[in-house]
Amino acid sequence: MATSAAQIREEVDTGESPTQRTPRRLVTHGKVTPWLFLAPYLTLFVVFVIAPIVYGAWISLHRYDYTLPGKPFVGLDNYLTLLTPGSITFDIFWDSMQATAIFTVTSVPLLLVIPLLVALVMNRSFPGRNVFRAVFFAPYVLGVAVVAVLWRYLLDRNIGLVNYYLEAVGLPGDIAWTTSVPAAWVALVGVTVWWTLGFNAVIYLAGLQDIPRELYESARVDGANGWQQFRHVTLPGLRPVLSFVTMVTIIASVNMFGQSYLMTEGGPGRATRTAIYQIAETGLRNYQMGSASAMSYVLTVFLMLLSLGVFWLFRERRG
Amino acid sequence: MSLQTDADPLQTGEVRGTPDEPPPAEDRSAGHGRRPGRKILTYVVLIVLALIFISPLIFMVVTSFKTRAEAGAIPPSWVPDPFTTQAYETIMNSRGTPVLRWFGNSMLAALANAALVVTTSALAAYALARMRFAGQRIVFGLIIATLFVPPVILIIPNYLIVGELGWLNTLLAVIVPTAASAFGVFFLRQFFLGIPVELEEAARLDGANQWQTFWRVVLPLSRPALATLALLSFLTNWNDFLWPIYVLFSPEIQTLPAGLSTLQSANAVRYDLLMAGAVVASVPVLVLFVFLQRYLIEGVARSGLKG
Repeated sequence: MATSAAQIREEVDTGESPTQRTPRRLVTHGKVTPWLFLAPYLTLFVVFVIAPIVYGAWISLHRYDYTLPGKPFVGLDNYLTLLTPGSITFDIFWDSMQATAIFTVTSVPLLLVIPLLVALVMNRSFPGRNVFRAVFFAPYVLGVAVVAVLWRYLLDRNIGLVNYYLEAVGLPGDIAWTTSVPAAWVALVGVTVWWTLGFNAVIYLAGLQDIPRELYESARVDGANGWQQFRHVTLPGLRPVLSFVTMVTIIASVNMFGQSYLMTEGGPGRATRTAIYQIAETGLRNYQMGSASAMSYVLTVFLMLLSLGVFWLFRERRG
Repeated sequence: MSLQTDADPLQTGEVRGTPDEPPPAEDRSAGHGRRPGRKILTYVVLIVLALIFISPLIFMVVTSFKTRAEAGAIPPSWVPDPFTTQAYETIMNSRGTPVLRWFGNSMLAALANAALVVTTSALAAYALARMRFAGQRIVFGLIIATLFVPPVILIIPNYLIVGELGWLNTLLAVIVPTAASAFGVFFLRQFFLGIPVELEEAARLDGANQWQTFWRVVLPLSRPALATLALLSFLTNWNDFLWPIYVLFSPEIQTLPAGLSTLQSANAVRYDLLMAGAVVASVPVLVLFVFLQRYLIEGVARSGLKG
């Protein structure tokens, strides 16, 4: 870099470069240059993101069985079958949607409240705070396969740690955590909370540290107690973070797959087989891709409605 | 929400090492007892809770060094006796579960994927941040729009596309399809926009072309952002589970998470072997986590503040 500091300073002072370019952008490049820079990304983007979205819709309009020759166009049949009570796919799909709903409704509130409590504790400065923060975050980096295989062992009916310690404190110690409902749901939700609690707590913590301190000062001057401060300063201050965490947590819960696949194998029966699990099995094990694609679009519509609901809940309210 | 950048006059910095006088705003508890005895009690409770929280991971490591008999014994033991590496030797040497091979596959795939994500995102983000061309808004809008597309929509068609390319049952199937990261472009574009444009203009005046400016001025300044993106991509790819179990079939071509699934179906109650496999899959990410914890946690924390 042979440019003199004075030259740079002059440009900063005048807000424009000597050659009269607009200050925010470099426009001296050929017409092709930006596309050359974009080419590698766009190639992958078109082939593996844009094309699949269109292709998936096209597949869902065909009886697209990977193992059969000929993929006849069937219009909206795949969708209509999903909406016709009594058809085989109807039961299979809506049972799996119900499993996803049960999991989402039970796990999301816990994943919103418990990490917030952890973050409130972590928000006070005490020695070793970062060690605690790391401890709570650690399970998250391990990934679902490690976590699920580990907990299947801990929850083993006969030799698992969980039943052993339950018995030790005088509770029933022969619970079939992975092979009976509702115990399996308790296990799946509990493990998920343990696994991802740190992720939400870290985001909350950043939000808490962003709330201006003088707000607490003035609340205290006005005689607000701890709870009132939380209610009128902390919660409103966390609103944007709260809506982000709610959104991310709902999406993650609706996408639950690995815990169920490895811990309960979707059982007992199909009780804990989630929608994602069912779509993957229908499309990639049974090769009924038309039906599976239709399922994925129906699930997407539900997700979008949920997202709109969250946006509406967290909108700025007047008064 | 705006990130506070300018110093807050009331913010006297972190009062570390003086636990008896936390800054007023940090004291959010309703309890006003500031007695040292109570502080110590709270501290002890916290430590106990943290230990209970982390105990499953400790037990995982402990069990991986047990014999087959001890791994299934009641009462469960917290110290392996005898201490043995039998479980590791078994899974590494058996034909159906080539764990070292899986480790290599996972490492190769995660590194290649992270490299692809960072390279393609950086190039695209620079064009979007610093150049002007027809269709720019449409390209950027389209990329951002896909942030809101649920991955489930892509599974079935991508399986067929990967099949057409002849990549099923090869590592390319777990490296390439996720390499076009909308998040990566968004994240790096934001970062590039924050770099004073004068630096680049100065380089241009010195006769550097667009490419040289990007390579010699912008990239060196962006190391922290590139590192964060590489780290996040590596972790995501390393831990990915759904996709690999459906697109990789042969034992020798699995990644570790998919391999763990194979290991579990082959040895349902050989928990010594399963825990050894789980430890092998955990070590690299835990090492990364210990050394790059700051980057990772800050990255996650910031993601919630862009609202």
